[in-house]
Amino acid sequence: MGKKLIIWHGDLTSRRALIQRGLTFLSGGMLWLMLFLVIPSLVLVALSFASRGSYGEVIWNFTVENYERLMGFSAFGWTPDYLYILGRSVVVAFLTTLISVILAFPLSFFIASRPPRTRYLWLTLVIVPFWTNMVIRAYAWFLILAPELPFAKLAATLGLVPEGAALYPSVFAVYLGMVSMFLPFVVLPLYSSVERLDWSLVEAAQDLYSSRSRVFFKAILPQTMPGLSVGVVLTFVPAMGTFVVPDLLGGAKYMLVGNLIQQQFGASRDWPFGAAVSMALMVLTMISLQLYRRRGEEIELL
Amino acid sequence: MKATHPVITSLATMTMGFLYLPLFGVAIYSVNSAEKSLLWEGFTFNWYLQLFENEWIIQTAWNTLKLALVSTVIATILGTLVAIGINRFPWSRKANAFLDVLLHIPVVTPDIIMAGALVVAFGALRAFSDVFEPGMVNMIIGHITFQIAFVALVVRSRLASIGHDVEEAARDLFASNWYVMRRIMLPLMLPGVVAGAMLAFTLSLDDFVLSFFTSGPDSQTLPLYIYAAVRKGVTPEIHALSTLVVLITVVLVVGAERLGRKKEI
Repeated sequence: MGKKLIIWHGDLTSRRALIQRGLTFLSGGMLWLMLFLVIPSLVLVALSFASRGSYGEVIWNFTVENYERLMGFSAFGWTPDYLYILGRSVVVAFLTTLISVILAFPLSFFIASRPPRTRYLWLTLVIVPFWTNMVIRAYAWFLILAPELPFAKLAATLGLVPEGAALYPSVFAVYLGMVSMFLPFVVLPLYSSVERLDWSLVEAAQDLYSSRSRVFFKAILPQTMPGLSVGVVLTFVPAMGTFVVPDLLGGAKYMLVGNLIQQQFGASRDWPFGAAVSMALMVLTMISLQLYRRRGEEIELL
Repeated sequence: MKATHPVITSLATMTMGFLYLPLFGVAIYSVNSAEKSLLWEGFTFNWYLQLFENEWIIQTAWNTLKLALVSTVIATILGTLVAIGINRFPWSRKANAFLDVLLHIPVVTPDIIMAGALVVAFGALRAFSDVFEPGMVNMIIGHITFQIAFVALVVRSRLASIGHDVEEAARDLFASNWYVMRRIMLPLMLPGVVAGAMLAFTLSLDDFVLSFFTSGPDSQTLPLYIYAAVRKGVTPEIHALSTLVVLITVVLVVGAERLGRKKEI
């Protein structure tokens, strides 16, 4: 008796046949992901240790000069330019996520408290910008912040910008664009948690004379943590790598790591350095998510 | 449900206004007859009519649609098969963890890194075949690569919620593998497959970064076109084009939601 028969959910079969059948299902997608995701990513890792030839070709010598360059070391001494870009990207992604979360709370509570019929309408209103192409939404801010419109005029009257100037490119425009870009990414998952909120816990806290902030942090926030976590990840990760918004609204001076990577793979044609910057971005994203996860667990444990 | 505090209501309304202000601004200026200035000069549909006469834009719109359709069909098939393969077979804990990580890579990787990796991959593959010159094929491959994971995740969660009971009942009644798959599993998981396909389709329409990195001169899509145009300065034509895209998005979202709600009943 060579094969040992097993029963798998009513199916009398052998382990080997089952595994073979499963692998058949998996093979197409797995092959695809291996070929176009895993192997290219590994090549990218290797590439970050290569160097660029004078015509933009790749020279496969093992060197860490790309990382040295990223850290600011060059033949002419040390400059923190690239480190600034990395640091700025983390700050922008962090603040974008934070502001989005702060704005998302009232909005999701508001939507959850609508009667069922209008609730769908409000949800649809959040989903539409969620699915509207990023380039279009960034471009729309371009228009709103134009010098002819009241917003720029108001800022000029207040003396914030010179008369007749647009509100872009500026740090303010980048944040405006970023928050409006990613806000729906927080609202939708957060709403799904708020909708399922157990209000009796909130009432219990109130009955026991908790202060408003205590009610929020001890009775509401822990309950909304699952949705909030998804929202934070969905916002932070793309915000770290974004390059459309800073490119259109931030101008050349306000470069983020996404723009730096785009430059290396585009105009500069310095793939090895682009790969090294990508590695830095990946590591920073992972570290931030890990930190967040640990904090998230602390909040849940409290 | 409790009554909402007026502060929450006003904050929520302001946030919604903040989300929609730019979109409405563009819509209003798309019907403004002034060409150079942003002052209101009267209502016109001219910019929309000009769009439909612009062959380059029509070609671009067609490219966008082709890219989304082809990549969605392929990604839905591959992603669904992967989901079945993961959910319906006795993989060891390690194999399951590996598959789980693999499917989450595209979700937690900033898309610009995936785009960079694909640029490098296509650069290498170009040595073997001209197919990998920047252009439509590369864009389709790139889109499928992130779509597969999303489709598989959606379908997998649907499969997990179906459970094994129906399948076991069918097998007890001597249904063959093929019969179980076609008459039991497929109808049950169809809502998940449709949801996954719609997600993949919208992700493709939404994408800018991957297309930007892998496109060639003949495979411009609408987002790429708008991006290039904005850098030259805003024009009423671009307002009209953007407004049209937003309107199409609205139709898609409302349609998808209708479809989803019918399924629930």
